[in-house]
Amino acid sequence: MSFKSNIPDGPLSEKWTKHKFDLKLVNPANKRKYDIIVVGTGLAGASAAASFAELGYNVQAFSYHESPRRAHSIAAQGGINAAKNYPNDGDSIYRLFYDTIKGGDYRAREANVYRLAEISNNIIDQCVAQGVPFAREYGGLLDNRSFGGAQVSRTFYARGQTGQQLLLGAYSALIRQMGKGTVQFHPRNEMLDLVLVNGEAKGIITRNLVTGEINRHSANAVVLATGGYGNVFFLSTNAMASNVTAAWRAHRRGAYFANPCFTQIHPTCIPVSSEHQSKLTLMSESLRNDGRVWVPKKKGDDRKPSDIPEEDRDYYLERLYPSFGNLAPRDIASRRAKEMCDKGHGVGSTGLAVYLDFSDAIIRLGRDAVSAKYGNLFDMYQQITGDNPYETPMRIYPAVHYTMGGLWVDYNLMSNVPGLFVLGEANFSDHGANRLGASALMQGLADGYFIIPQTIGNYLSDKLNETVYTDDSAFESAENDVRERAEKLLSVNGSRTVDDIHKELGKILWDNVGMSREASGLKNAIEEIPALRDEFWNNVRVPGNNESFNPELEKAGRVADFLELGETMARDALSREESCGGHFREEHQTEDNEARRDDERYTYVSAWEYQEGASPNLHKEKLNFESVSLTTRSYK
Amino acid sequence: MQITLKVWRQPDAASAGNFVSYDVDNVTEDMSFFEVMDMLNDTLVLKGEEPIAFDHDCREGICGTCGIFIDGRAHGPLQGVTSCQVHMRSFSDGQEIVVEPWRATAFPVIKDLAVDRSAFDRIMQSGGYISVNTGSGVDANATPISKDSADEAFDAAACIGCGACVATCKNASAMLFVGAKVSQYALLPQGQPEAKERVLNMVATMDDEGFGSCTNTGACEAECPKEISLEHIARMNREFIKASLG
Repeated sequence: MSFKSNIPDGPLSEKWTKHKFDLKLVNPANKRKYDIIVVGTGLAGASAAASFAELGYNVQAFSYHESPRRAHSIAAQGGINAAKNYPNDGDSIYRLFYDTIKGGDYRAREANVYRLAEISNNIIDQCVAQGVPFAREYGGLLDNRSFGGAQVSRTFYARGQTGQQLLLGAYSALIRQMGKGTVQFHPRNEMLDLVLVNGEAKGIITRNLVTGEINRHSANAVVLATGGYGNVFFLSTNAMASNVTAAWRAHRRGAYFANPCFTQIHPTCIPVSSEHQSKLTLMSESLRNDGRVWVPKKKGDDRKPSDIPEEDRDYYLERLYPSFGNLAPRDIASRRAKEMCDKGHGVGSTGLAVYLDFSDAIIRLGRDAVSAKYGNLFDMYQQITGDNPYETPMRIYPAVHYTMGGLWVDYNLMSNVPGLFVLGEANFSDHGANRLGASALMQGLADGYFIIPQTIGNYLSDKLNETVYTDDSAFESAENDVRERAEKLLSVNGSRTVDDIHKELGKILWDNVGMSREASGLKNAIEEIPALRDEFWNNVRVPGNNESFNPELEKAGRVADFLELGETMARDALSREESCGGHFREEHQTEDNEARRDDERYTYVSAWEYQEGASPNLHKEKLNFESVSLTTRSYK
Repeated sequence: MQITLKVWRQPDAASAGNFVSYDVDNVTEDMSFFEVMDMLNDTLVLKGEEPIAFDHDCREGICGTCGIFIDGRAHGPLQGVTSCQVHMRSFSDGQEIVVEPWRATAFPVIKDLAVDRSAFDRIMQSGGYISVNTGSGVDANATPISKDSADEAFDAAACIGCGACVATCKNASAMLFVGAKVSQYALLPQGQPEAKERVLNMVATMDDEGFGSCTNTGACEAECPKEISLEHIARMNREFIKASLG
């Protein structure tokens, strides 16, 4: 086990170049002697698997989906950032770095974030070469738009479906390798355990979701690109199957889980309408380029929005943050929306919504221009709510969207377990306490296309001719654990469905570890979650058997892990006695309700070590800032 | 609202299937169709019965995982949406709604409403890509592409691979799916070097996988949740002829 960040020496702008030279290499002819397991084939996993295969490694790729194209990366709407400075508006690698590290409230590593900004331009080049149809200007060159937390236009986009187009690009690269036989893809196979041989990650145990078959797979290294854990809240903008299981199983085998309480609540989602709601739908942040956020000035004003005159409206983001206005970063926009609703200014039947109004934009640009930019989002909104956003303002409310926390990794994206690498949303690395819009796609692809193909060789180089056998006792014992767990889930035969218990967990977390947290609520959560966990293991009802297609059994295994993660999130939030980014502690705020960081005591990454039958141990990785000075994050 | 779901139940690919009717109460019009399925499944689980298997994931119309016939139409009664985006306001109180899986030889049933669409991935493997290794792209603005071509390429690339086109076609043809990918690359300069092999290989794989021929009825375009145009089939046909003659 190693808990060192391994950040290279030297000036910030030269670290990655120098590091690439210092990394040990694997000879091209030797690469075919190595097997790499990649779990998850979204943006990060597909780009990594394809790039490994191009280099000559043997790749085994796993997904619980039927095809890599189903990964939830596909749902990202708005765009991807890059420091191309095509619009000539003052952008640079340093500015993208600066905006991102400031946006993360100075809780990410300088070196990682700088590298991300540096690589951003290569990603756009790569994607265009793959045939990704980004939006273009009439002259034939690429178009950019602006996003929250930035004052330049650096976001590349493909209508409101950028994630789809980038994922299909990575999918095309992966499928090309599948056709060549250099990647063996295992669809509808879920990783249920990580196997450590002599303390290093050497394999996984999977369950075939169609047949229930449980299998062992060995390799020289294991790469997890399994996404975020937002579904711990039950209601989130994540896809239904998104889960923490692969990461959590690795955590239970020794990988540290970093900053689990850093979750992003996205300000512009369609509000909850009924108790049967199964998920929440995001309305892209790009809408805030032209939409204006407001609430009625008078509490409980139930007039139709069109009947509320200008002087009775409070455009609170424009009022509080004149220089960023409606493009204030996500954490701030969300918290302010909650505050307005808590004070009684919320709209709609539940009072838990604010308006996002396009009437000014429609007057300024015309309905057609607004439709060309946002048509698919407006249609989606109308489909879900029954309201036409061209005629009446959208009602929006914050919802869980992304998780900045994840498995701890060093600069090489390797966890503290040697041989276990973690990419994309599944790791904790680049977004600190708050992620800026259009940065998730950037990070997923930076990790997969450009970082891991370089850094994995450093680990593999001295493993030449290492053979790992799946009849090793470590595989046998992990497989037995997986089988026992499935049997246990199936044998409880209680009276509550998996979803029913999951919803209860979600409510505990949303109420206590959501947009604002305070010590008493967090302590409640730390008491209530273990009780709910007991309830689950004694009273859940999972029908069917293991040896067939059984979606309820899949869900049950995932919720069992969420029930452990939720408690660690609450412990993490309780231990961090400051407010930063998406982590807002009621006890730590300024007079005008802004987050109050405590740089003296909390400029560190919290990395939690799993303890069987006891509370997790906290390890701290101190964050050092050499280039930027830690200032109060202001968007006024 | 109270509705009746008449659902296709089939334990696995090898067994025969049949319709089973379920009454569902307390449905509200702001619920999605899948939320009604969730509610029904919860009831079935607690009664000790097998819940209905159906594929779904993002529930916002983009991942392409879901796809069922709702009352005889692929993805239900609305234009331009996926099954997961259908809400109960599209139905009336007391209605019986027939729910079936995609039916096509190339899409065998896995269980109930879930089908195996891996044939699509095999078609893609045979040419649905541009061969460019990571790191070898030139500057993104080095090759200007007219906005019209880029926009049209995007329209084709918007395909979500759900299979509604195949399921709704009387011949179970995959021409719209394959045409969309061939067309996307045919419209872009990056797609040119491999244009010939791409269209020939993808069409050959499509035929091998057991999809039917296109007889230009246009049902695929009418039912496509992303409203992919038949023009992409026409462009693929031109590409195919060009490649065959050249």
